[in-house]
Amino acid sequence: MFRSVSDLIKITEERNIPISEVMIEQEIEESGKTREQIFAEMERNLDVMEDAVEEGLQGVKSKSGLTGGDAVLIQKYREEKQPLSGDLMLEVVSKAVSTNEVNAAMGTICATPTAGSAGCVPGVLFGIKDRLNPTREQMVRFLFTAGAFGQVIANNASISGAAGGCQAEVGSAAGMASAAAVEMAGGTPEQSAQAMAITLKNMLGLVCDPVAGLVEVPCVKRNAMGSSQAIVSADLALAGVTSRIPCDEVIGAMYQIGEKMSSTLKETAEGGLAATPTGKALAAKIFGSAAE
Amino acid sequence: MKFRSVFDIIGPVMIGPSSSHTAGAARIGKMARQLFGRQPEWAKIYLYGSFAKTYKGHGTDVAIIGGLLDYDTFDDRIKDAFRYAEECGMKVEFIEEEGSSEHPNTARIHIGDQEGEFELVGISIGGGKAEITELNGFELRLSGGSPAILVMHNDRYGAIASVTKVLAEKEINIGHMEVVRKEQGKDAMMVIETDQPIPDEVMQQLGTCDHILQVVTIAD
Repeated sequence: MFRSVSDLIKITEERNIPISEVMIEQEIEESGKTREQIFAEMERNLDVMEDAVEEGLQGVKSKSGLTGGDAVLIQKYREEKQPLSGDLMLEVVSKAVSTNEVNAAMGTICATPTAGSAGCVPGVLFGIKDRLNPTREQMVRFLFTAGAFGQVIANNASISGAAGGCQAEVGSAAGMASAAAVEMAGGTPEQSAQAMAITLKNMLGLVCDPVAGLVEVPCVKRNAMGSSQAIVSADLALAGVTSRIPCDEVIGAMYQIGEKMSSTLKETAEGGLAATPTGKALAAKIFGSAAE
Repeated sequence: MKFRSVFDIIGPVMIGPSSSHTAGAARIGKMARQLFGRQPEWAKIYLYGSFAKTYKGHGTDVAIIGGLLDYDTFDDRIKDAFRYAEECGMKVEFIEEEGSSEHPNTARIHIGDQEGEFELVGISIGGGKAEITELNGFELRLSGGSPAILVMHNDRYGAIASVTKVLAEKEINIGHMEVVRKEQGKDAMMVIETDQPIPDEVMQQLGTCDHILQVVTIAD
């Protein structure tokens, strides 16, 4: 069983197999299920992600009224104008936002790795789909690769905002997505690790400060930024850019930062954006005196 | 190694918005339902900490009711759980507790019907995972990640051996086990988490063991 990113890369190089294959083989060993069963289970998750993206692009609104409708705005802008950051980038971002808007509206999503960070992985996957034209199998493999990196983070640091801040949620999700995008684009396992390291480095220190404690503000837009970072990092890695700090050490740094982070900035809605005058006013409006 | 399956990372499929406040809450409700063994006629749900403060916005209330209706985390009916509860005649009441609890995401669920009552305390520990910390006044820890058997029994010698003997004969391995009692020689409880699913015939056989009062199971 791989415990680190370097373990993972070593296995792929020794046996000349992709990261997704290492994850699939490990799941077979751990669960006792067949390859077909595991593939089918992951494909069901893929279907859920695809449905959520489509639902959000039709326009949804959360119960609190704080979020919803931005995915529609972004898509409309993309169709009518020439986005500054490029067409593919806004395709990715709109689908990440779409997923998190559906989540905020109590729609059905697949946690990747959590519900609050569920937009990054499908945003990147469905955003680059038209560019790379992957087979269905390659799309399922994208999720196994993302899962392999997520598992290393979960076991060596954290994927919980309450434990490690937003860096552990959207940071992890973005890192996972960038590594998987590299594999799908034909990059090497080592380049996947580089993309993950570059993404996570730029997410370090990100706090979890949800307004009114809801998975809405700033979570939806953090997924937009997480998914865009994932694409930029994947491109950097595919171009041959490397991180001076190895991926496992970046994960270690994330853990240490999470430990030092004040609890007011870890999903308690007591600090950061939640504690701004507007943040507090919104909380009071939504919950009445209970949030005071 | 806390996370061993890729589906802990890519999953669960769930109704939003929060893996801890929605999916985890639904799992607590469902464990209560499974341990009670039937649809309750009434439910009083006491919420603590972050659950008490943010339950409306997170749909923690509908998620717990959905669980009590035996819905999974991904069941779309969770959103309209209040209506479905009414339709099947289950009265629900939510009580926001002011006091602190050991874990920020804690719910105490008291359910019952004309035949009996049942109470448990559950905590949602993140990523959709939930644990039970108290059952009918017994303090324990039940993770809900594996099949589990709950055995109410008299606190007598041989009770534990008779249960584990049946499991050994059926080649069911015990991953975790706790035995708790309120007072020496009175009511006691065993909580057994297993690596294999527990067939109905094994449950029936366990029910006939010496000193055993009641046996219930949670599938997964």
